[in-house]
Amino acid sequence: MTAKASTGRVLAYEEALETFDPVFGIEVHVELNTKTKMFCGCANEFGAEPNTRVCPVCLGLPGSLPVTNEKAVESAIRLGLALGCSIRESSRFARKNYFYPDLAKDYQISQYDEPTSYEGSLDVVLDDGTTVAIGIERAHIEEDAGKNTHVGGTGGIQGADHSLVDYNRGGVPLVEIVSKPITGMGLRTAEVARAYVATLRDLVKALEISDGRMEQGSLRADVNLSLRAKVAPGEDQDAIPFGKRSETKNVNSLRAIEKAIHHEVGRQAALLSAGKPVVQETRHWHEDTNSTTPGRSKEEAEDYRYFPEPDLMPIEPSSAWIQELRATLPEPPAKRRARLQEEWGFADLEMRDVVAADAIALIADTVAAGVAPQAARKWWMGELARTAKEQSVELADLPVTPTDIAELQGLVDSGGLNDKLARQALAGTLAGEGSPSAVVAARGLAVVSDDSALEKAVDEALAAQPEVFSKIREGKVAAAGAIVGAVMKATGGQADAGRVREIILKRAGVEG
Amino acid sequence: MVTNHNGASITRLTAQAMADAFESGKFTSVQATQAALDRIAAVEGDVHAFLHVDAEGALATAAAVDADREAGKPLPPLAGVPIAIKDVLVTKGLPTTAGSRILEGWIPPYDATVTEKIRAARMPILGKTNMDEFAMGSSTEHSGFGPTHNPWDLSRIPGGSGGGSAAALAAFEAPLAIGSDTGGSIRQPASVTGTVGVKPTYGAVSRYGVIALASSLDQVGPCARTVHDAALLHEVIAGHDPRDSTSLPDDVPPVLSAANRGRDHGLEGVRIGVIKDLTGEGFQPGVRQRFDEAIQQLRSAGATVTEVSCPSFAYALAAYYLILPSEASSNLAKYDAVRFGLRVDDGSGTIERVMGTTRAAGFGDEVKRRIILGTYALSAGYYDAYYGSAQKVRTLIQRDFADAFGSVDVLVSPTCPTTAFKLGEQVNDPLTMYLNDIATIPANLAGIPGMSLPIGLAPEDGLPVGLQILAPARHDDRLYRVGAALESALIGLWAGTLLTQAPTLEVTP
Repeated sequence: MTAKASTGRVLAYEEALETFDPVFGIEVHVELNTKTKMFCGCANEFGAEPNTRVCPVCLGLPGSLPVTNEKAVESAIRLGLALGCSIRESSRFARKNYFYPDLAKDYQISQYDEPTSYEGSLDVVLDDGTTVAIGIERAHIEEDAGKNTHVGGTGGIQGADHSLVDYNRGGVPLVEIVSKPITGMGLRTAEVARAYVATLRDLVKALEISDGRMEQGSLRADVNLSLRAKVAPGEDQDAIPFGKRSETKNVNSLRAIEKAIHHEVGRQAALLSAGKPVVQETRHWHEDTNSTTPGRSKEEAEDYRYFPEPDLMPIEPSSAWIQELRATLPEPPAKRRARLQEEWGFADLEMRDVVAADAIALIADTVAAGVAPQAARKWWMGELARTAKEQSVELADLPVTPTDIAELQGLVDSGGLNDKLARQALAGTLAGEGSPSAVVAARGLAVVSDDSALEKAVDEALAAQPEVFSKIREGKVAAAGAIVGAVMKATGGQADAGRVREIILKRAGVEG
Repeated sequence: MVTNHNGASITRLTAQAMADAFESGKFTSVQATQAALDRIAAVEGDVHAFLHVDAEGALATAAAVDADREAGKPLPPLAGVPIAIKDVLVTKGLPTTAGSRILEGWIPPYDATVTEKIRAARMPILGKTNMDEFAMGSSTEHSGFGPTHNPWDLSRIPGGSGGGSAAALAAFEAPLAIGSDTGGSIRQPASVTGTVGVKPTYGAVSRYGVIALASSLDQVGPCARTVHDAALLHEVIAGHDPRDSTSLPDDVPPVLSAANRGRDHGLEGVRIGVIKDLTGEGFQPGVRQRFDEAIQQLRSAGATVTEVSCPSFAYALAAYYLILPSEASSNLAKYDAVRFGLRVDDGSGTIERVMGTTRAAGFGDEVKRRIILGTYALSAGYYDAYYGSAQKVRTLIQRDFADAFGSVDVLVSPTCPTTAFKLGEQVNDPLTMYLNDIATIPANLAGIPGMSLPIGLAPEDGLPVGLQILAPARHDDRLYRVGAALESALIGLWAGTLLTQAPTLEVTP
């Protein structure tokens, strides 16, 4: 899809928030990782050949009927419980009616007036350790739609030569989590939004109900945002009604959530400052330009003609089952963060950086694979964070796993690699050359500890710098560093520096 | 007793008699199936009960059954007995249209659960029967492929929407047929063709593979020429289906033994309630006369008869014509030219346009009327007043039935206010057409079972009249007990089933 040029002026975020108070809400769609789809027995898997994971039910063929996937209901209830929601004793599915080619039945089975989970709250910890409670309005179950691909022409939906539909995703189970309006965050709005989605993602992963991969669309966010006039200090901000909001669809990375909020705040502020109205509409997010363009206007929004789905029985979980599921809940993300900081012995500042880099899970997995916490932190927050920043990707999206890091650190600890060689091995892994040990083998990276080779190199270095050799012999042991450096240089960094030093001192007849 | 292999006499046998004849070796399933196909070939020009005839498939099934019987292999009770299936059930490899041009040429890749059960029962499938488009109608005149004619009088309607299945029975084209009943589509055609039709309890028969009209009302059921035959077929098609979430978990009620009990032992101790609200104004005098006589027969069979009142029935039709179109407007959205069926593309290039032109061309007027009604009724701002209120009426009707069944075992009424009307007479008057279902709709709204069986010919026009029996949900067996007792008395009176009085439709080749 080609992005239309962003129209109009956009104020800087900080400038905009001097005069406006932002209100936002986020809708997150989570694809559940059940074996089968929401209402049929087709495999629920990403990436299969188009239209090979389909049957009469998810293709909406005449006569077919849906049957609720109990496992998906279980996942949805566990998520609801983890969000502190109340669980309805009886919740009906509803049909959301609209015509669209990727929607096989031309209605989506969703929940409307009776969501399974409602009224909850999620604690989100910001970079500086502040905890913000985000109100949850509801978390309801629904089915995903298929995927349209527009071919030829402009490639957009309006200008394509033709369109193809893949129904593999049609009927995949989703939970949609709708936050309550979040107010009073001011300049921290973008950070809170990002932290909220990151926390939700960590939660669904901890619950093991979704892989939470934003880049594959298994966790998708829509960001609602509006501005209202900012009141003078001491006055009641909530006396001012909410402004007209925009809904930015499919903001599919944590970075993009912050950027989309920055952009919408700036865009709406520019409009309002110029005395122009904000139009209540959906907007599309463009990763390439970091901007949004208008989609459907809410004034001409469709009437979905919701009514209870007559083909399905209501979901009526027994209180005993709910108690059972409650017992399976993992530690809440905020608590987990506090516990891990203590276990790892990280300073507040270190932990803040780890959270900001979204590295908690990566470090936890690395530690679980046998690496000391500080060593794990140094890899992820050092070399790897730098690489991620250079490539503008999330840390988790780098082609390196906690297991790789554990392997690498193992090689360092055993003396097989020094720091420099380890970084080269890691570079190889990042370049797709395989695991660190595979890179070591392929590139021939190994510390040289063969004494005869080292002795030769040391002798050459000593011969080249006789004045240094004299100093060492006089007992100025620190001077050995220059020779070590020369040997390292001569051996392309592969020498075992400790052994080199021992040989130098031996040659000088000095004890180290 | 059939003494020769003459096709004409075979086709007049009941399913039970046919099954007995296979078992005793009097004739084979191939002979019976061929006889049915010959009869179809002879009368279809007049009757038009079928949209598709599968001679080859039916004969292949028959031959396989004959071979297994010859080899002494165990066979299900109705093995080899041919059957016609309403075109609303999907049949793998056989065209299925639901009477609509929008599905013309579509060959389903899967079988309905009922189709599977019929195949498992080893019954040759003769073909698919005509119906009002998407089962919307009471005359088959709304079929996208032309109407079916009533074998009793070819100028009259055979009822609807399942007029094809009922006419196939009355014209002796098939001994058994499958119907579907959303507001009377099994019972009303049975009434006007002198046949037996049963709408089981909602959820008793799987809806998987049944092209949906109104999901909360649709129910598949047996159509036959006798109550006993209907019971045989009921036992083949009923039972829990995990693919239909609204399917009842219960065991199938003992309908066949109930039919036998009613036939052999009468109705001693059975309490019957006459629904006062469904006998008065608007009911044809001859219909009322035959109904009153049938009540006397029920009394003679040992039943006690009282009158009961169901005051909420006055709102049933109005509620029905909100719930049905609402659900239908959603169920029929999928006919959008994207995945199957008709596609009309005027070349203007947008999918919205293709959807619009296809639906405009593929749907008939009655379907469009109900889609528009339902779309309106579900719209924001109208939902509570229309769909919401209709659901409340539904609750009131269920309460009326619950009250009535507190004091009686079954309820009875005429199935229809009139006998078969003329083709063309009501087709442009939807409201009059809708009134044909006034007595049958309450059962669908309440989810309870109902049966129609013939109780004679109206004196003024010589056309069949039907009596409806209603029982509480999950007590389908009561219909069969009462129906079989009444049928047995009437057969004694008439010296044969009512259909023996039907025109023979003999045609010269």
